[in-house]
Amino acid sequence: MSNIEERVKKIVCEQLGVKEEDVKASSSFVDDLGADSLDTVELVMALEEEFETEIPDEDAEKLTTVQEAIDYIVANL
Amino acid sequence: MSKRRVVVTGLGTVNPLGLDVASTWQALCEGKSGIGPITHFDASSYSTQIVGTVKDFDVTSVMTEKEARKLDQFLQFALVAAHQALADAAFPDDVNRDRFGVAVGSGIGGLNTIEQNHVQLQKSGPRRVSPFLVPAAVINMAAGNIAIKFGLRGPNFAITTACTTGTHNIGMAARTIAYGDADVMIAGGAEASSSPLGMAGFAAARAMSTRNDEPQKASRPWDKDRDGFVLSDGAAMLVLESLEHAQARGAHIYAELIGLGMSDDAFHVTSPPEDGSGARAAMANALADGKVQPQEVDYINAHGTSTQVGDIAETKAIKSLFGEHAYKVAVSSTKSMTGHLLGAAGAIEAMITVLTIQNGIIPPTINLDNPDEGCDLDYVPHTARKADVKVALSNSFGFGGTNGSLLFRRFEA
Repeated sequence: MSNIEERVKKIVCEQLGVKEEDVKASSSFVDDLGADSLDTVELVMALEEEFETEIPDEDAEKLTTVQEAIDYIVANL
Repeated sequence: MSKRRVVVTGLGTVNPLGLDVASTWQALCEGKSGIGPITHFDASSYSTQIVGTVKDFDVTSVMTEKEARKLDQFLQFALVAAHQALADAAFPDDVNRDRFGVAVGSGIGGLNTIEQNHVQLQKSGPRRVSPFLVPAAVINMAAGNIAIKFGLRGPNFAITTACTTGTHNIGMAARTIAYGDADVMIAGGAEASSSPLGMAGFAAARAMSTRNDEPQKASRPWDKDRDGFVLSDGAAMLVLESLEHAQARGAHIYAELIGLGMSDDAFHVTSPPEDGSGARAAMANALADGKVQPQEVDYINAHGTSTQVGDIAETKAIKSLFGEHAYKVAVSSTKSMTGHLLGAAGAIEAMITVLTIQNGIIPPTINLDNPDEGCDLDYVPHTARKADVKVALSNSFGFGGTNGSLLFRRFEA
């Protein structure tokens, strides 16, 4: 679990160009981390690549915070 | 309706000779070549292995590395050159941005981005294609990104006419001001098409020099041994402003843009007619627009790409239009030094023409060792020349037979 959390946060940092200390579990990609709609699409693509999984668009739309992304990966891996 | 006068008040560029206007101008006056071997990909199987790239390019004056990742290189070049031109023009913070527009094009646009995403598509399928593919590749995103970055809410467009792109954007931006739709326009072109696919495409068209062992001698307009153009990357931008707007704020005026001439060869997709009739028409139209007689022209910054047919056609066009004066007007091709920046070529050459008027120095045509038969004009070979240049033309001719000429004059109130 903690490993997944770290990996998700690392990808969020890389994709959105934010510092690790600014990425909290509750952080919203758009409201807190400055992502726009295209950034979030790319972020989901990076998560799919990292965890070798496919996140359907209807699920991807619901992933708005770091915690939601972590929970989704944990539940679907 | 009387036309409003339009002047040039800012310049910016990144290109194979330099990362700003001053270093570029110095290299031009010293007769330096910006061409070298291809190092950004393995070109060993290419017939042409030489190119003009932008060396040591740094985006951080305008954006973070993270922002740059979403932008094709032609957009990064455009933004950095635009930033320089705007800084040079030194507008006050309260400049009216509703009356401040952008006209910036590209010959090809985000070719690198398209290629990379196509590889990704082939390898991993459509779900791995970047959401930034389209906004990074589409040609008008140079004008769009400049508007967004600098808050310019006036007219915004991107004319794309191959190698005449820069010239058309500058000319039509001037008309946008002359007609009263804007008071200020930033205009020019940006290009980054030296990608593996771009190089292969131009090589297949047999348009490029293959003088791979002597890159700096490869671009040699009007020389007997020329064998095609040399492709280059880069961008150049001019700030154009209505005369009254420039004077009201006490701006430095480089020159006045007094004419735009346009035509098409209606002949062949990549070759001009031998007599250069389309080129002649573009120059004649520019002179008519500026109400200037042929004998008043002191300098022509030629299209002069170093191709067999093109160089002869342009020479014939100049002779046909200027008559005896053709032998008195100085004609140089700065592509001998910069290489051919395609959609940015007209922009950097307009910039050079403006600087020629301002500085009283004509940059040379380098590598012109043995002028070809029929190439007997004053091409300012090898070394720059001091000259009193009051009126000057800048020519661009593009695939599709599209021709454009800009006419500049030293500013006199």
